[in-house]
Amino acid sequence: MSQALVIVAHGSHLNPDSSAPTHAHADRIREAAAFDEVRTGFWKEEPSLREVLRTVEADEIYLVPLFISEGYFTEQVIPRELRLEGWDVSQWDSDGLSADHVTLTAADTGQAVHYCGPVGTHESMTEVLVRRAETVTEDPDVGPGFGLAVVGHGTERNENSAKAIEYHADRVRETGRFDEVQALFMDEEPEVDDVTDYFDSPDVVVVPLFVADGFHTQEDIPEDMGLTDDYRTGYDVPATVDGHELWYAGAVGTEGLMAEVILERAADAGADVDEAMERVRERTKLAGGDGASEGGAGSPSDAADGADPEADADSDSESGEAATAR
Amino acid sequence: MTAHADTDADADAETATDGREAGGVAVTDRQLDGLVDAAGEGVEFDGLSAWHDETGYGLAVPGEEHAGLDEAAFRAAAAELPAHLTNWYTWQLSIDYPSEPDRSVGAGRHYRAFLRWLEYAPTPSTPAWEETRDVEARYEALAREAGVVRHWGDLRIAVRLDEHGGRSYEVRHVDDVDVPAAELEHHHDPLDARAIGRLDDRGRYRPLRTAPSLATGWVFPALDPRDAVETVETFYPATVANWHLERAGELDVTHWAETAGRQTGIYGIVDELDAGAVDRIAASCCVDSQCHKRREWEFDDDRDLDADPGDGPFPCREPCSLVVAAARKWTTLEREEPRTYEFELTPSEKEQLEAIVDAAADDRTDEIREADVYEGANRYRTRYLRAKLFDEDGNLCGTPTEPETHDDHGDHGDHGDE
Repeated sequence: MSQALVIVAHGSHLNPDSSAPTHAHADRIREAAAFDEVRTGFWKEEPSLREVLRTVEADEIYLVPLFISEGYFTEQVIPRELRLEGWDVSQWDSDGLSADHVTLTAADTGQAVHYCGPVGTHESMTEVLVRRAETVTEDPDVGPGFGLAVVGHGTERNENSAKAIEYHADRVRETGRFDEVQALFMDEEPEVDDVTDYFDSPDVVVVPLFVADGFHTQEDIPEDMGLTDDYRTGYDVPATVDGHELWYAGAVGTEGLMAEVILERAADAGADVDEAMERVRERTKLAGGDGASEGGAGSPSDAADGADPEADADSDSESGEAATAR
Repeated sequence: MTAHADTDADADAETATDGREAGGVAVTDRQLDGLVDAAGEGVEFDGLSAWHDETGYGLAVPGEEHAGLDEAAFRAAAAELPAHLTNWYTWQLSIDYPSEPDRSVGAGRHYRAFLRWLEYAPTPSTPAWEETRDVEARYEALAREAGVVRHWGDLRIAVRLDEHGGRSYEVRHVDDVDVPAAELEHHHDPLDARAIGRLDDRGRYRPLRTAPSLATGWVFPALDPRDAVETVETFYPATVANWHLERAGELDVTHWAETAGRQTGIYGIVDELDAGAVDRIAASCCVDSQCHKRREWEFDDDRDLDADPGDGPFPCREPCSLVVAAARKWTTLEREEPRTYEFELTPSEKEQLEAIVDAAADDRTDEIREADVYEGANRYRTRYLRAKLFDEDGNLCGTPTEPETHDDHGDHGDHGDE
């Protein structure tokens, strides 16, 4: 039986680069020949969440949300827009981090859909954070003498958002690879503005747990940390702030190894992808710092960071409205 | 004819034909083997019949029948019908999308119907009023240098025969119809359409893939059937599925009221809009000048909209995310109560304001020549008008938007009002 993968992401009406990581991961998985079909669907781009399933030939689909945390999008928007019959969040039986998969039928197409938890809460995401640190420092053994900061939006409306950040920070800390590991947030304590207060290490890698670069990762965080007074003038990597060297990595979601997390999610739901996973791991590793990721460049508009689950990260009016809901 | 890789050519010796029916198509042993194998079960396809019973092999097309043949004679007779033979082989063995109504789940049947439509071949869902052609007529047209041409939004799709009766598809922008292929950028990977469709000719992001602003200057010169579908679907996602669902009588149209009603989060407010406002939205965003999709959704089951739905080949089954996002803005704007302002304008100034609104609404400001001061929306004319009528705070005729606070004009109501 043929198996299809559908990756769903936020996308943007304003930022042409927002969907680039999603497409890049989909292309990597296509190259690895893990699935007979790999399709992408978006909340704000096309094909829409509403119509992506009808573009898929297979009658069995692994559906992986390219979002950082469980919440508004994974629990309400995606199941509703894809018409997953009988969906109820209790089917995931999740504590906010443990959503795995549930098999449902799409009401409009009749396809069987294995609806997976978001990439951001999968344990293999920890590895991608570390890989991101390797990529930005161009050092495959980075760790000793370095601190690692994992940065999230940390909206107070959705505790799952902060949970994912702390979960991965804890996991990296347990490996003992970095001298120090700290979870930081944009809008709650401990704040990313004070990053240097939380580290003794001279070098600190800062990795935002966002799925794409955009307004938050390219404008807010660099300015909040003091990498630059004005994001438009750019910043150095590393940049010296308060006597520390800050290696700012940009969104973790642009890292090539993200494709493997997507495959892990599908594998957990029963997809046969073992060989493809090995290929993805090899290819993203061999590519090293060049081409393994989409880098931190992109247009300074808001993007599908997926870390603000209650609101709509890509409000098409003013960004002030993006944070207000209901 | 466009060169086209055909694995058959490498694997099989060609069987010569006189080409009288098929523009020089050379049938292959693989195609003949296929028909011999299929005859046992019986073939009935596009006017071709083939069978194998106790009297031997048989073969028939309209006006011609051979029965009681041994295998060699059957092969010879089939080779004399290259159009029918290769047409059967192409659709039944080479193109691996399922035939309708074999399967109801999955998009393959949509894609097959689309490929059939491209060359005027009938399908079970072809409406009675639509022109279809029999195999001989199709092959005659497909064998011409121009091939058989269909338009799909801004796409011009030309289908041609390859040397063994397979299909080769050329996709380019309709506006590039007369441009020599050598002058266009050549592409072979369907996913290239993603980047081509991302920005318009002026480098602006196209959030709506079906907007009539597709950039020109490229060509996919020779795609196989599957890649042709992928290319079209990458330029215009889900249009093929929705087009075919409509023809099959299965299109799930969702009207405005239902779409608005299910919105949550920041879009939960859009169900406040009345039918008049929704009609203005459809007239503003969904007409042919803005989107190639043909609007099939109305306000609700009982209330149709007056806006022109357009007449493109593929339907719009539901208000899209752009419309919903824009509707959110209009919802907040429509909450405002009108007020009476007093402005003093000359007749020409009034008309100029109207011309400026028209030019912006029709995306025409870039076309107005720098020195064409006869155009109301000309930049110098507009700057002069601003210099004369606006005060230092940008208020038209010095009239503040809010009488009590002069510095609150412009896009008030956008920030923190919810």
